[in-house]
Amino acid sequence: MTRDRASRRIPVIMSFVFGLMLTIMPLPDTIAAFRPDWLAMLVIFWAMQLPRTWSVGTAWIVGIVLDASQGTLLGQHALALCCVAFITVRFHLLMRVFPVPQLTASVFPILAIYQFLLFWINGVAGVEAPSIAYWGPVISGTLLWPVMMAILSGLRYRTRSG
Amino acid sequence: MVASRGSSSNPGRVPALGLRVLVLIFISIMLMYFDNRDNHLDTVRTSIGVAVYPLRVIVDAPVRFWNWLDDSTASRNSMELELARLKAERLLTNARLQKFISLEAENARLRALLDARALVRDRARVAEIMSVDANPYSHSLVINVGTQDGVFDGQALIDAEGVVGQVIEAGLLTSQAMLISDTEHALPVEVNRNGLRTIVVGTGKIDELGLPFVVNNADIRVGDLLVTSGLGGAFPAGYPVAIVDSVTRIPQEPYADVTATPAASLGQVREVMLIFSVGAKETEAATDD
Repeated sequence: MTRDRASRRIPVIMSFVFGLMLTIMPLPDTIAAFRPDWLAMLVIFWAMQLPRTWSVGTAWIVGIVLDASQGTLLGQHALALCCVAFITVRFHLLMRVFPVPQLTASVFPILAIYQFLLFWINGVAGVEAPSIAYWGPVISGTLLWPVMMAILSGLRYRTRSG
Repeated sequence: MVASRGSSSNPGRVPALGLRVLVLIFISIMLMYFDNRDNHLDTVRTSIGVAVYPLRVIVDAPVRFWNWLDDSTASRNSMELELARLKAERLLTNARLQKFISLEAENARLRALLDARALVRDRARVAEIMSVDANPYSHSLVINVGTQDGVFDGQALIDAEGVVGQVIEAGLLTSQAMLISDTEHALPVEVNRNGLRTIVVGTGKIDELGLPFVVNNADIRVGDLLVTSGLGGAFPAGYPVAIVDSVTRIPQEPYADVTATPAASLGQVREVMLIFSVGAKETEAATDD
């Protein structure tokens, strides 16, 4: 049973690893500002689908790894992702029954809050960044949400992961 | 992961969610506080960095593979052309080097006459830039060497044309460097023509640097080469940094509006050299006693 449970978790962990790879993947300068927050989107997805297994603790660990690999303030993305997971888990029952357009519309404010937290922490720590660095990912993330959700739902259905 | 323990009668409720969030937020804030104040958390960072290293290698691999493929499938014809070009270039460089050797000797002699310390040549090490994006809030890059290879925080990075940046976070296997175009980067320089000292700061644009502290009547012209002055200690003196490309003197302002183009091609470097500044260290030691 425990081995079964562990093997179910592998697809989720793999999705986070893949998300981290997409996050550090080089992009041309013109579209780099519109790189979606893959990890935030993954946290939203898994916290919505399986809030008992993947919630704030996972989000925090993912955030710490992200901070260390990006060289941002240690704890910055951890805090923001933690809040994202918290909001998602609070509303997960509601979000699960939403049709895709409505769900996408509700992902937008969560991603915006995520970026606002990063912006706010940067402000306190005295890091300057152009505003496109905050708005770009929110827009692209919202637009790509239906695609990512379709892929992950397929993956989840096929592997019965969780 | 932690959530799987304990069960509640209500299937929609996740146990102790609020409490866990509060604890994690508190830990995050403490981490950020200590990370921002001083570098107590470097070991944590380094160890997570080692764990992320394979990912960086995997992400970097396609680009590396592509370059390798490009090299190994190049036609004989184009390789011969390349070889010819390199040979010609080597000849030119060697010719220039001959002159340089005699100049170096002359310089040493003159310095001896002036009773100044002889300039020591800096040691350098080539590092490759990994095709990995780092901090989205700054102009930075990741290089494939770390403390294991002797890299240290603040080490200068140059390419064939000029200064590229400096190491801001030396990890065990990879390090992160900040480009001179980052808005947080400032570099003491001097005008090569007349030794006028000033500071070059990044503007956030990859092809433009600013010189905010040049007084209106200073002798600076378009086309002037700016080289590192060695003040500030991080960069050894004498490396080209930028070429002045516009000087606007505004009569009512105390400082002129001067911009410069980086000498190094910051956007398209693939290999950089790390400077182990023997000169700078010895100067420091000399000023100590």
